[in-house]
Amino acid sequence: MSDCHGGTPRAGLLPNPSIRPPSAPHDRPIIVAIVGPPNSGKSTLFNRLTGLRQKVANFPGVTVEHRMGKAKLKDNHEVFLVDLPGVYSLHPRAEDEQVTHDVLKGLRPDFPKPDAVVLILDSTNLGRHLVLAAPILDLGLPTLVLLNMADDLAARGGKVDITALQDELNCNVALISAAKGTGIDRIQQFLIGTAVRLNSPPPRIELPVLHDVPKCRQWAATLGKRASYRAPAPPLWTRRLDSVFLHPVAGPLIFLAVVMAVFQSIFSWAKPVMDGLQDAVASSGVWFTHVLPDSPWRSLLVDGVWKGVGSVVVFLPQILLLFLFIGILEDSGYLARAALIADRTMAKFGLQGKSFIPLLSAYACAVPAVMATRVIENKRDRLATIMIAPLMTCSARLPVYTLLIAAFIPNRKLLGDFLSLPAAIMLGLYILGFLTAVVIARVLKSSILKSRDTNFILEMPPYRWPTVRSLSLRLVDRAKVFLHRAGTVILLVAICIWVLAHLPLHNGHAPDLEHSLAGSIGKTIEPAIKPLGFNWKIGIGLITSLAAREVIVGTLGTIYGVEIDEPAVSSAAKTQAIGEPSHGLEAAIHQDLSTAGAIALLVFFAYALQCFSTLAVVKRETGGWRWPLFQFSYMLALAYSGSWLAFHIASYFLH
Amino acid sequence: MIPKGSYIVTFRKKPVQHRAHHHHARTLAELPTGQRCILDHLDLPEPIARRLMELGFVPGTEVVPGKRAPGGGPRVFRVDGSEVALRHETAAKLFIRRHPESDLVVLS
Repeated sequence: MSDCHGGTPRAGLLPNPSIRPPSAPHDRPIIVAIVGPPNSGKSTLFNRLTGLRQKVANFPGVTVEHRMGKAKLKDNHEVFLVDLPGVYSLHPRAEDEQVTHDVLKGLRPDFPKPDAVVLILDSTNLGRHLVLAAPILDLGLPTLVLLNMADDLAARGGKVDITALQDELNCNVALISAAKGTGIDRIQQFLIGTAVRLNSPPPRIELPVLHDVPKCRQWAATLGKRASYRAPAPPLWTRRLDSVFLHPVAGPLIFLAVVMAVFQSIFSWAKPVMDGLQDAVASSGVWFTHVLPDSPWRSLLVDGVWKGVGSVVVFLPQILLLFLFIGILEDSGYLARAALIADRTMAKFGLQGKSFIPLLSAYACAVPAVMATRVIENKRDRLATIMIAPLMTCSARLPVYTLLIAAFIPNRKLLGDFLSLPAAIMLGLYILGFLTAVVIARVLKSSILKSRDTNFILEMPPYRWPTVRSLSLRLVDRAKVFLHRAGTVILLVAICIWVLAHLPLHNGHAPDLEHSLAGSIGKTIEPAIKPLGFNWKIGIGLITSLAAREVIVGTLGTIYGVEIDEPAVSSAAKTQAIGEPSHGLEAAIHQDLSTAGAIALLVFFAYALQCFSTLAVVKRETGGWRWPLFQFSYMLALAYSGSWLAFHIASYFLH
Repeated sequence: MIPKGSYIVTFRKKPVQHRAHHHHARTLAELPTGQRCILDHLDLPEPIARRLMELGFVPGTEVVPGKRAPGGGPRVFRVDGSEVALRHETAAKLFIRRHPESDLVVLS
């Protein structure tokens, strides 16, 4: 991702070594670290303070993500905020704890030591969360302690004496609600004062021995007592909801209903918007053809760029809808319950309940899924989850599936209005990916990834209403990533394909596709893919889709845009007959691929790991090329043998 | 630590059986739902024990077993104001001692 919003120069957003601020505190921007345990509302606060002025980044060399953002203060100054990974202590054990520890102690050469710390704790759970105050105050940096979820605390009859706690801790303490935005003024005041405070470190207070957990807890308990902390009554609604969502019968049924509702709505709700976009791309293509003068440039613009990129952008609504649902499930707290319900089933395949969360995200995209596997402490469980995550049907497969299914599968009813044949095939592909993943997980976990540690520890957050604010931030973020990909990788591939399809020139004219460079590349690999029922045109698509799966749609869009006269078979000429394709690309591809070949192609896409981004993130997360290469090879082998089988079985039944 | 007023103190349908059960209960895994107890020690490797302690499972703390996931999955334990789910095999490594003022306490 590049600039989040235009206008201001963004070079300073990430303090990387080359643009590292000078060390004089008055010249360089002030950096404030936000620290807190998981589920303390850290990210909500960060989002509230920075809005869209933020970036996600990785520390070099490690897999841990952090977010940087700028907060504009009321006195018109700006401070940099860094949202560090959630930790329970600064005891450097896991990698993310190590990063938080190193950054706060100024031990990372690539990251300047923060000037101040904002420690955010859950006020409804202070007994446990106050423990983190000890190592943070030990750093000797100016610190603001925020007790979040003040509204929740008050509503459930808890209380805490802020002034007393402030005296005990010898630093600023404020009661806030990051979700509601109350008490944010206190943070502004603290941040404005940071520059003044830089030269006068806060007075030390007596702290417990930091590595002794029971001692630290005792210290926190005493603190709580002195600040007359009264823990709130247990969250009644969470109990009530849990007795429904974890009910022996209702629980699993609701779980299944939720998963099915998510998939059903992605397809039915997104469809009208996608159809609208598709028509808009097609008709604007025609309009461009009429408006622009006839030249090779018009062809590049309309057939190469517009159709190539447009055919992918069409899928944005569907992808956003999926991310919206996952966001709602995660923010509401249901995802933790789902992990609990899934645990026993997942254990049968050698995995665990925590694998469920990344695997569900993998239905949107494998890249965030691979990063989400960090919740799994067990290294081997985590590796196994990473290895199978790309088998889940990610949103990049959707464009390919939708195109092929619409072109080849007749719209027949299977179960009345409930399930049509295309929907059943789509569902079947999802199930195919899932079942294969389960088998692979079982095989891996009983061979190379066998482990004896079967512990499972998962904190259950209370149920909360997801906020529109955090959901929309998520969606904007995803849309940016997707459109950025469409604007770079896919645009580039579309242009390359157009050029390859138009060279070498014959007497100043573009050659037939068959005699172009693209054609000869496709023909070279044709012998290898012929047994799967694919011809050389599909071959070109397969090669380009190595970069990203959805690229094949753009590629075929470009190839057939070259070969056929689009307006003649455009959406205006929709045919009503069952099974007849309604759009230009669907009609065109129909001439080149048999139904059995299309089914084989679907299976190929269900299995093959055609995604550079996934390989890159797996390499980063596993610390080398060994695992991504293994993953790519086993998935390619699956794809080849699977589609060979599918082609032959389908050919047998369709003749 | 946990306000008592918010719990309904009641006997289950088969109190005798539960009491007999409790009499022998040595680990968290054996406790019936709602039975308060005091954690005595953790018989687990250091990193896992440490993680559990950070989450509140410190010896001497009160723990209350809560809902179990359907089909014998992990179980939720209430400890120090939060809820943490553990598998049976992990809970079986957390040894308990009797709660000083405990009788059957069933949480709403």
